[in-house]
Amino acid sequence: MAKLESTLKNMALSLTLISLGASALLAVTNSLTLKPIEQQKVAKTVSAISQVVPEFDNNPAAEMFRVPTGEGDSLEIYPAKKGSDIVGYAVKTYTNKGFSGFISLMIGFRPDGSIVNINVLEQKETPGLGAKMVLQGTDGKREFKDQFIDKNPATFALKVKKDGGQVDAITAATISSRAFCDGIQRAYKTLKNGGLI
Amino acid sequence: MNQMKNFTKGFIRENPILVLCLGNCPTLATTSSALNGMGMGLATTFVLIGSNVFIAALANLIPDKVRIPAFIVVIATFVTIVDLVMQAYVPSLYATLGIFIPLIVVNCIVLGRAEAYASKNSVLSSAVDGAGMGLGFTMALGVLGAIRELLGSGAFMGHKLIQGDGILIFILAPGAFIAFGYLMAVVNKIRKV
Repeated sequence: MAKLESTLKNMALSLTLISLGASALLAVTNSLTLKPIEQQKVAKTVSAISQVVPEFDNNPAAEMFRVPTGEGDSLEIYPAKKGSDIVGYAVKTYTNKGFSGFISLMIGFRPDGSIVNINVLEQKETPGLGAKMVLQGTDGKREFKDQFIDKNPATFALKVKKDGGQVDAITAATISSRAFCDGIQRAYKTLKNGGLI
Repeated sequence: MNQMKNFTKGFIRENPILVLCLGNCPTLATTSSALNGMGMGLATTFVLIGSNVFIAALANLIPDKVRIPAFIVVIATFVTIVDLVMQAYVPSLYATLGIFIPLIVVNCIVLGRAEAYASKNSVLSSAVDGAGMGLGFTMALGVLGAIRELLGSGAFMGHKLIQGDGILIFILAPGAFIAFGYLMAVVNKIRKV
């Protein structure tokens, strides 16, 4: 078959048909992948929650509620329960003060306000420097994140030592460390505002 | 052209990255480890084969003056398919490559092969060309990623070989340029032999 001439009719027809075919293909793919993608997201949230709160037997993802931060937005809070007792809250918090901007954290608090553990959900900090915030210590080796475990922000000053606080910053990554503290502070304040701790 | 020769030209002789210098942006951005580089390479290979086949098949139905928008629609469709499938079935790879996947649409290799090869050749030759070019791209990204991972974090494929931090610069952008330049020199030397 000879190549189609570049007339207005041919061009409009050809582009329309190609776009139609493309959208049909995408519609099929989307409907096939919609469910697995949804499941992956839920699984990711649940595993992040279970890493940061004490053992629970409810479904925190299903009981999620939002509490305003007092800065014009709100944070997602996942209550972890054993029987009918609250054993902790997982708070999905954030900061925009990272060296590369946005950082998202999942922080687990006990009902008394002390921190159980912290999971970094999303960060773009410098590899080898600020990105060390994701590390969890093993075999007695302490990493940055471990110093917050069991600390209560009511008595533990959430500022790096350079700013007069009690937090040991990551070497050569003071900005990332400050941002990390900012994220924790936001989560703690929000729980307090919501009257949960 | 002999199909075997057509297939292997992407490996060294016309390697898209190291010889043609097409698509260097994702190369530098995603090769911080061997696995990331290879993941990006395979995603691009799939898009290349798919778009090459479709464009070769549709070449006569696409009037010359609208060929670029038509190519882009075909390429973008395949990229979106890769994006969705990756999100659904390999979320861990998607977490590291996710932001670069949509950029395959504007990767020069894909449009370059569509324009320079697929629109002028048969469906079969175009499929072979796409596979060869894609694997050449994957190989270049894998090697570059392995070099940077080895020097930058003392690891290979995520397994730590040396304790400690490694040479930080190789994980960052300047190290990508340095490793890229040396690799290019080596491949050029091999081509001349």
